[in-house]
Amino acid sequence: MSIVRTLSIAVGGALLVGTSALAGPDLGQEASPEEVAAWDISVAPDGATLPPGGGNAQEGAAVYEAKCLSCHGEEGASGEGLADPLVDGIGSLTSEQPMKTVGSFWPYATTLFDYVRRAMPYEAPMSLTNDEVYAVSAYILARNGIIGETDRMDATTLPAVEMPNKDGFMDYSARP
Amino acid sequence: MPLPEKPIPDLERDAGGGLMHRRTFLAGGALAVGASAVAGLPSQASAQGAIGPDQPLWMKTPGAPFRGYGLPSRFEEGVARHILQPYGELSPGAGVSMTPLQAMHGTITPNGLHFNRSHNGVPDIDPDGHKLLIHGLVDRPLMFTMDQLMRYPTVTRTLFIECSGNSFFNSNLFPEAMQVPVGMIHGLVSAAEWTGIPLAILLDEAGIKGEAKWILAEGADAAGMSRSVPIAKCLDDAMIAIYQNGERVRPEQGYPMRLLLPGYEGNMSVKWLRRIKLTDAPTHTKDETSKYTELQPDGKSRQFTYAMDVKSTITRPATGLAMQGPGLYEVTGLAWSGNGSISKVEVSADGGQSWAEAALEGPVLPHALVRFRLPWQWDGGPVVLQSRAHDTAGNIQPNRSDWSRQYAAGQLYHCNAIQSWSIAADGEIKNVYS
Repeated sequence: MSIVRTLSIAVGGALLVGTSALAGPDLGQEASPEEVAAWDISVAPDGATLPPGGGNAQEGAAVYEAKCLSCHGEEGASGEGLADPLVDGIGSLTSEQPMKTVGSFWPYATTLFDYVRRAMPYEAPMSLTNDEVYAVSAYILARNGIIGETDRMDATTLPAVEMPNKDGFMDYSARP
Repeated sequence: MPLPEKPIPDLERDAGGGLMHRRTFLAGGALAVGASAVAGLPSQASAQGAIGPDQPLWMKTPGAPFRGYGLPSRFEEGVARHILQPYGELSPGAGVSMTPLQAMHGTITPNGLHFNRSHNGVPDIDPDGHKLLIHGLVDRPLMFTMDQLMRYPTVTRTLFIECSGNSFFNSNLFPEAMQVPVGMIHGLVSAAEWTGIPLAILLDEAGIKGEAKWILAEGADAAGMSRSVPIAKCLDDAMIAIYQNGERVRPEQGYPMRLLLPGYEGNMSVKWLRRIKLTDAPTHTKDETSKYTELQPDGKSRQFTYAMDVKSTITRPATGLAMQGPGLYEVTGLAWSGNGSISKVEVSADGGQSWAEAALEGPVLPHALVRFRLPWQWDGGPVVLQSRAHDTAGNIQPNRSDWSRQYAAGQLYHCNAIQSWSIAADGEIKNVYS
């Protein structure tokens, strides 16, 4: 902690006592860059935190069949008693029966990587290697016709994928 | 639920269908109600001076000794959350348990009945092995242990939490009204007295960089549930909740700590909080893109719709209960708004043709549940009961058709439509769309 910061806390703290609850005991331990990197598993649309590695749909097919098919069905099409479908529905959002899938609805491909890596497969989250997550993401994107079978997904190419519904969202965050 | 049939003289009619003025019970009605209550006491209490055979068993045997953590009476075992697991055995930890509103009163939800939405089960977190990291666009990334956080100053507030998917049984997902108890329709809202650390204190200690406009909040569950939140909300009234109704937050509500964003859709109040990353833009996680967005008929989806809109429902009479013949009833229910405080609740007993203002039981707190009440003389004929809430931001709860047409087929989030209960002459209560 810098002297300037220590002073500002000392002065600010003295001022805040009795006037506001906004004064903490400053007990947090400064985290090292390595510690932060190990914890930071989220991937935003800019892909800045994507890890090394990569894979294509052909490689992803094997991952899908071993880890995903039992819940998501043949080629991501789901089925009776299964989890949400991952493919199809592109162009259906204005229809009487809109179908939300990765292909038809998700605005960013980076979200697919982020979610699969942290939460899938359901019984064993965080068990896939980064190469497997890239490959199975490529597989799902290819099944939706968004990329080709041999297009390699990695830290550079994945954020560059244009999802069909990327302009389909209206930001309400500034609404009062 | 119902009071015995007993006409009250000098009823003050306030709207059609037998609705009375909200002060009827407090003023002229009080005597009559008191008399009814006395007349309704069990017979053994009126047995003058009897000792022995006429007394209940529990007066003639010693009661149970002490126990460390109390539980409800065994005769209340039927009061339990409604559990829905949409994927069944495929993913048993994905789903909801819902507060049984038809069995409850007051405005605070007991911790064992607070609703729970989880995406891959409730984690069993050892607080000694749990830390909170604050990093990203900060002057210095900070790691906190639970022991350290327990030394921080706290605030205590009574707040509702409502799942964005609450009332999905009345949403566009169900074109026909479903007949389920009110707790299954609206029980993804609960309220508690929450105690926690103002998030602004911790962010200030880390030092917020000028370009930080959002945070990503991440949970330590097997879904790694994560959401983006504007920094303004974090500095306004966000807290890291550690206590729920005076005891440590329950595992289902995020033990050992959760984010709590007053008034915002419950999914954003990330449970099992482990990481806060300050960012210049939203992260666009799975749960703020593919889920928790609202598709309109034009194919565009509303994203980052945070505050839960003004809403109310009558909880008595309501589905899950039955009428017991004509006579005097108290219509009561809950109202809340994520955009401030409830300013008024009206009740209709004629399908919305006329409305009477209900009494609000104070204190009326912002972002909290408010209990409303209104005496009602049911003549035994078929009626449709509704409640309509207003908030201090000027919002009025819409009827279902107006709510519904904003969204595409099958859409369910942010449903705050007026609830209609039809009551038949035989006393059956049904959920209806009107």
